[in-house]
Amino acid sequence: MKEKVSLWRLFLVFSKIGAFTIGGGYAMIPIIEREMKRRGWIPEEELPDIVALSQSAPGLLAVNISIFAGYRLRGVKGSVAATLGSILPSFVIILLIAMVFTAFKDNAIVQRVFLGIRPAVIALIAVPMLNMARRSNKTWWAWLISALALAGVAFLGISPIWILLVTLVLAVSFVYYKERRAR
Amino acid sequence: MEILLTLLQLFGTFFVIGLFTIGGGYAMLSLIQGQVVVDHAWMSESAFTDIVAISQMTPGPIGINCATYVGYDVIAGMSGSHLLGIVGSLVTTLALVIPSFIIMLLIVRAYTKFNHNPFFEGVMSWLRPAVVGLIGAAAVVLLFRFTWDGWSVKAAVVRENIADWKSWLLLGGAFVASYWGKVGPIAVIILAGIAGFLLY
Repeated sequence: MKEKVSLWRLFLVFSKIGAFTIGGGYAMIPIIEREMKRRGWIPEEELPDIVALSQSAPGLLAVNISIFAGYRLRGVKGSVAATLGSILPSFVIILLIAMVFTAFKDNAIVQRVFLGIRPAVIALIAVPMLNMARRSNKTWWAWLISALALAGVAFLGISPIWILLVTLVLAVSFVYYKERRAR
Repeated sequence: MEILLTLLQLFGTFFVIGLFTIGGGYAMLSLIQGQVVVDHAWMSESAFTDIVAISQMTPGPIGINCATYVGYDVIAGMSGSHLLGIVGSLVTTLALVIPSFIIMLLIVRAYTKFNHNPFFEGVMSWLRPAVVGLIGAAAVVLLFRFTWDGWSVKAAVVRENIADWKSWLLLGGAFVASYWGKVGPIAVIILAGIAGFLLY
């Protein structure tokens, strides 16, 4: 691996990621992609793997991604630094709101700002998806899997975890069968 | 004494929620609601609904925001002290994260070990395109809500995210800036916030 990333930098970068993740774990992906690519911290091919495995584990996607990425960079200490970094902004902002501005959500300015941010976040989620698709969908088969996964969740309302489990079972049986035949 | 007991209960409750949440923040909200509003009656339904709204609007993972808020609210409400409230939010937030931590460390260790193993690579070549689809679905679900009636399906625009035609312009603008313009996502969010303030 490249030069060692300091724990403090890791903490700072992930608190920046946490501060701008608005609307759940998937909204974190564009910012992680950008930060990791720019710094060359994690190879681009690893990003879909990180998302797949983080989505399969219990807990929050954003937290699981931080634990995974932090570990890949600096081991257990790195995953602690990245996780604390990514939850710190939430923690501070929520405490301030809980203590001071209880009328936060009814504030007119806040509502206007968020009317602008929400549609932009949707576009931002689509961009890393297209980047990932260009890299990992090399066959018609891969595009079919993507289309089925999208349709299953968006149109039929199946939980993503089921999609991943079914894909995993099919993948393991198919790869196992192919390897046995090759022998 | 009563506060100490509640802190322990909060820790146990949020640890279990962290362990059993599969499928992200929104799945977690319903678990938190079941425990905090129904089982323990730590707060009212309407107070919890406000917390959910604020958790969605503020930056950071929704589940963390909600857990932090609930921890503060329950303990500060009981003791009347800001400081103990902060302790409460620390307890709930950490309790929520610890199970993920243990499980993810096992997963990432296995990944580091098997990363270049051909069998693992073969399996991942299926999972990667599935993840592409899942991320696409996350975007679609924020745009449209589909309701099935037998074999016919109706699509409705999600009004919280797409308020009117200006929202579509903002969405398109953000896409162009990010995909072709290579503008960073943080800059896009800040610009969209300013645009929202000016347009609405």
